[in-house]
Amino acid sequence: MKNDIILSGVGGQGILSIAAVIGYAAVENNLYLKQAEVHGMSQRGGDVQSHFRFSDKPVASDLIPYGEADLILSVEPMEALRYLPWLSDKGWLVTNSKPFINIPDYPDEDELHAQIKKIKNNLIVDADTIAKDTGSARAANIVMLGAASHFIELPFQSLQNAIRKLFARKGDEIIDLNLKALTAGREQYNK
Amino acid sequence: MSKLILLGDEAIAQAAIDAGLSGMYAYPGTPSTEIMEYIQSSRDASSRNIHHEWSANEKTAMEAALGMSYTGKRAMVAMKHVGLNVAADGFINSAMTGVNGGVIVVAADDPSMHSSQNEQDSRFYGKFAFVPVFEPSNQQEAYDMVFEAFEVSEKYKVPVLFRITTRLAHSRSAVNQKDKLEQKEFNMPSDLRQFVLLPAIARRKFKVLLSNFESLAEDEKCQINNQYIEGDDKSMGVVACGLAYNYLMENCKEGACRFPVVKIGFYPVREELLARLKSECDQILVLEEGFPVFEELMKGVPGSDYRIRGRLDGSLPRDGELNPNLVAKALGLRSGYGKDIPDVVRKRPPSLCKGCGHADMYNALNDALKEYGPGRVFSDIGCYTLGALPPFNAINSCVDMGASVTMAIGAADGGLFPSVAVIGDSTFTHSGMTGLLDAVIKNSPVTVIISDNSTTGMTGGQKSHATNRLESICEGLGVEKKHIRTIIPLRKNHNENTVIMKEEIAFKGVSVIISQRECIQTAVRRKKKEREKK
Ligand SMILES: Cc1ncc(C[n+]2csc(CCOP(=O)(O)OP(=O)(O)O)c2C)c(N)n1
Repeated sequence: MKNDIILSGVGGQGILSIAAVIGYAAVENNLYLKQAEVHGMSQRGGDVQSHFRFSDKPVASDLIPYGEADLILSVEPMEALRYLPWLSDKGWLVTNSKPFINIPDYPDEDELHAQIKKIKNNLIVDADTIAKDTGSARAANIVMLGAASHFIELPFQSLQNAIRKLFARKGDEIIDLNLKALTAGREQYNK
Repeated sequence: MSKLILLGDEAIAQAAIDAGLSGMYAYPGTPSTEIMEYIQSSRDASSRNIHHEWSANEKTAMEAALGMSYTGKRAMVAMKHVGLNVAADGFINSAMTGVNGGVIVVAADDPSMHSSQNEQDSRFYGKFAFVPVFEPSNQQEAYDMVFEAFEVSEKYKVPVLFRITTRLAHSRSAVNQKDKLEQKEFNMPSDLRQFVLLPAIARRKFKVLLSNFESLAEDEKCQINNQYIEGDDKSMGVVACGLAYNYLMENCKEGACRFPVVKIGFYPVREELLARLKSECDQILVLEEGFPVFEELMKGVPGSDYRIRGRLDGSLPRDGELNPNLVAKALGLRSGYGKDIPDVVRKRPPSLCKGCGHADMYNALNDALKEYGPGRVFSDIGCYTLGALPPFNAINSCVDMGASVTMAIGAADGGLFPSVAVIGDSTFTHSGMTGLLDAVIKNSPVTVIISDNSTTGMTGGQKSHATNRLESICEGLGVEKKHIRTIIPLRKNHNENTVIMKEEIAFKGVSVIISQRECIQTAVRRKKKEREKK
């Protein structure tokens, strides 16, 4: 078993929290993992990505080879497309529909969606609205994780446990909000 | 013993704590920053009273570590690759003096320049200074090698260079922790002239350094990090240095490489190891992150008629970091590819945050300089370097820390007027102050704008040595008090600020404008903390 995931978005959108949740869950299942992150210059409103790899065998490269990602999980639609060279034929592209516009030449949204729909296995989720409806506008990243959880080879319960762990210091209320966001995201797709 | 999930940087920091570190010294710089930050937030480190304050720059960090070593204790210095240029004098001469307590110098290289102005390879500094170099390939090795590196440093009384690259520094994986060692006792050098590099002493010490370097290539304990791994297919041999080994193994789906491999984790390398590979294989592929250090070494073997392949013959790109696909190609393997990035995807470069004080400073500066025309602003390294991009297009240089002030002086000498420097507060105390003294001594007609956001913003908001000290520093260096002006960069002050800039720019002597407003990122974090306290 091996799962290669690209997490993508814009600096500050919370992809490292998604990575932390998957990380805890992978550890709970005694899997090997490597997770390459972006720090520094690119965080300042630029594009950011993380390569997350876990497996029941040791993982060699910190970077995913082209064409081998099982999943691109993006919290922003244009950023989802930036990593297509990594996506495998059978891989899934799961993205938030809400654009993050901080550049003057941001492309037309319909055109973006059309490109996303060209990918055989795609799932577009209005994570911002769902997050708001579940009571925590800031949990859009966790909604996305929930939606993508169908394609992450870890028990859903492990992701829930991981959320409890990640937000432990923030108290029960925040934990519950994030668990709700995770479940609401998961309900966006039926396998 | 516990298992931790750590960044490469964090693995090094935790290992240093566990190996009995007494002092951590550093100046921030991507991708090395998290080493010091980890120690600063580690409870282990504070309960063991490990020194963990930032230094003014990499040179002061290096020298302070050498001082800690003088007392017999273990010290670590961490910096990004270009930081080693700043620390080079101390580093190279510390090899000459040698150490007392163990010293590890971590240099984090940034091939592909994710967050840097160049992609130099720190392994050259090891060779240049006759200092052994450790180069781990993964987080666990990084952890384990710190223990070894301290031992080697103390056995040979030489500082040790610890070379990592971005992908190890900023990648997480599981690390098994070892039992903690005690810190070393206070213990002065047995020879109190050890650190006195008078020529007569230095000549003697250099011979020792040279002979130690030879011994290191034969030291079993060190050479354990360089392994010959058997392979049946002798049509090619592979040399894999540090992280490059992972990319090789990624391409060996069966879990073993069919070619013989020499895995390198320590320099200098026992020559026989390379000679054996050379004699057994038809050709040799050298995989190394950074410059073709080994490739050149292998090519240089006298009488060699073997094909040495790597970055020099085009088997791998001459610049930039390696990845599994580039290595696959060099191995003659086919690798996959998803789909091309569609044209609708636009570049999303980093930019100044909304509400950043640097932006208001540049707006005022652009207006103040309008009458003189473009091309008069030397700048420096930090968030404010983004002033080079639209909509500001405000600066004409970014070279190395501190160069704004000194280039402005030289350009003024060459006849440029006005000649303006824009420098950040942390960069100013890193390397700008000495340049300002030059300006004062010869009364250069330059205006230095210190864009003071009270933090080291670019690297994530570390404490700045300059905070609340800039006026007194400039005054102390001899800038006339009436030409040290402080402005608050806010839109509502735009006209007033532009007038002040115009006045000082027109002045034909040294003037300093301190543009002072807290970084909005650190302000948000500070306010959040204050709220949580209530
Ligand atoms: C010799 C050297 N050390 C460290 C760095 C990394 N670095 C680049 S900018 C910067 C901080 C700049 O802080 P400051 O001058 O206060 O400007 P700010 O980013 O806060 O605007 C650092 C540490 C570098 N490029 N070169």
